[in-house]
Amino acid sequence: MKRFSFFSAVSLTLGFAFLYVPMLILIIFSFNESKLVTVWAGFSTKWYVSLLHNEAFLDAAWVTLRVAVFSSTIATVLGTMAAYVLVRQGRFAGRTLFSGMIYAPLVMPEVITGLSLLLLFIAVGVDRGIFTIVLAHTTFSMCYVSVVVSSRLATFDRSVEEAALDLGAEPFDAFRSVTLPIIAPAVISGWLLAFTLSLDDLVIASFTAGPSSTTLPIKIFSSVRLGVSPEINALSTLMIGIVTVGVISVSIMTKRSATRQARDERAAIQG
Amino acid sequence: MPDPKPSAQPVEFAPWVDPKAAPLISFRGVTKRFGDFTAIDNLYLDIFQREFFALLGPSGCGKTTLMRMLAGFENATEGTILLEGQNIGAVPPNKRAVNMMFQSYALFPHLTVWDNIAFGLKRSDMPKDQIPARVEDMLRLVQMQKFAKRKPHQISGGQRQRVALARSLAKAPKLLLLDEPLGALDKKLREETQFELMEIQEKTGTTFVIVTHDQEEAMTVASRIAVMDHGKLIQVDTPPVIYEAPKSVYVADFLGDVTVIEGRANRVGDIYEVSWAEGQPPLRCASPLTLAPDQSCFVAVRPEKVEIHADRPEDENVLQGKIVDIGYLGNLSTYHVQLANGQIIKAQNFNTERDTRRRFTWEEDVWVNWTVRCAILLER
Repeated sequence: MKRFSFFSAVSLTLGFAFLYVPMLILIIFSFNESKLVTVWAGFSTKWYVSLLHNEAFLDAAWVTLRVAVFSSTIATVLGTMAAYVLVRQGRFAGRTLFSGMIYAPLVMPEVITGLSLLLLFIAVGVDRGIFTIVLAHTTFSMCYVSVVVSSRLATFDRSVEEAALDLGAEPFDAFRSVTLPIIAPAVISGWLLAFTLSLDDLVIASFTAGPSSTTLPIKIFSSVRLGVSPEINALSTLMIGIVTVGVISVSIMTKRSATRQARDERAAIQG
Repeated sequence: MPDPKPSAQPVEFAPWVDPKAAPLISFRGVTKRFGDFTAIDNLYLDIFQREFFALLGPSGCGKTTLMRMLAGFENATEGTILLEGQNIGAVPPNKRAVNMMFQSYALFPHLTVWDNIAFGLKRSDMPKDQIPARVEDMLRLVQMQKFAKRKPHQISGGQRQRVALARSLAKAPKLLLLDEPLGALDKKLREETQFELMEIQEKTGTTFVIVTHDQEEAMTVASRIAVMDHGKLIQVDTPPVIYEAPKSVYVADFLGDVTVIEGRANRVGDIYEVSWAEGQPPLRCASPLTLAPDQSCFVAVRPEKVEIHADRPEDENVLQGKIVDIGYLGNLSTYHVQLANGQIIKAQNFNTERDTRRRFTWEEDVWVNWTVRCAILLER
């Protein structure tokens, strides 16, 4: 193994410190005995326990989870459909316009997206609540799904689909039994992306949430304005933990399937 | 697989000369345009049952488009395509009794070899309990029984080719389309597979239409070859006819090696004499063509028809020159003989004797000649 030079060691340390010191401090202080966030007074898990009894936080978490699951699922279905048509349909009038328009929400400031959705909901007369947050999150996360899925479809060997049609499959059957299983990893990453986006969205949710439907980011943000409590540190630590476990397990899964495929191919070449 | 050969001599298979034979496929004035580009240009073609028909041409000549129209992936801009007398223009690919083997094989990566072959059967009206037997038959046909449970990425390129073939034959199509089926295989495997393809074609009695740019492959497997260029059929004939009696310089040059000499033809008795260069004797050529006196024409000679001599032979079409290039291929050698006027004649000799010293060498003065029947006279 190559030894680190002084320069690389310093730059690596600096880079990682920049990324992780804030989170590290948050995690350490979530185990603080004291009620004061910035003064260390010994190790304790009492804030985790009190978190479990905080109805307001638990409700907000439950709302957030439901919103994330519903909106990312709807966004995945719609985004995959849009990507499929844009990549597969070939040239049709307005294709360039449509593919440009589907990516526009990616660069649109969230404040504008949130405000326009709010105006729409008021105009239509929908009561704001979980339903409106789900709709709003679907709107902005759908284009992320569409980007991920269409980049996979672009590299997809079209003749595989044609082979399915050639062998007697109806177009939808060909999509379901051949295309979908092959692009499934991209669809799943699209879903995960939409899920995380929905999980940590504050701006759009604040525009579209009603009084009964406070999401976790809104709850955290509003509590912090009244002063940071160690409970919030504990909650944030839990969220970091969940995300870390998720990311690590996905990457292990990907790596394993890649090694398996490489091994199989070697075996095939050797006969 | 030694098959019991039928004892009776088979009747020569040539339905295209039988005026009563009904074609399996019939292109009637088919044109296909992509925007301004004409891929297929007012094409008429009949293909008969049990034929092994090769579409040959350079890339972009329209051969793949023609095949994709048969599969149903492209629609003709004008004209009709008949399959057993029925217009199939409006029939989608999944409703046609036509199957295709793709150049990339297009195996389903998430399904096993067994499930790949069963894919089409499960979507046909075959009773469910008969599917396993049919899949086993197909696996046996391509000798892949041992690999039924493998996924496509777990088998070699040659094995994938076999699975793709088995999958496209499973539904017993009336017509099988093969798009450059052997393109991805190395030379040795390709040659073996050509003979297997022919055997499978005979065994199943399916009509095969193969697209290829490899002229040797077309010559080996096909009952008839269609040479295409710019969306038109240049010539459609059996391999021997297309090689020995090409109708144009394009076809003569596309299939095999040829020396082409331009000149003016005049009839002398039942032979044409082509005067072609100052100080060179006229070339004598037998031809069924009727040419006007002094009509400009081409004489095409295949290198293997040209003999090479150290001394002047007593024969017709004798030309003197100097060897400027030798291509040694082991079994044969190609000599490039340059005449006094600069024209190069290619001559090919089989190296029938095991002698590493060459009979002729560079810069040697030699004589070449060919008989009147060996040269092809082509209209300009």
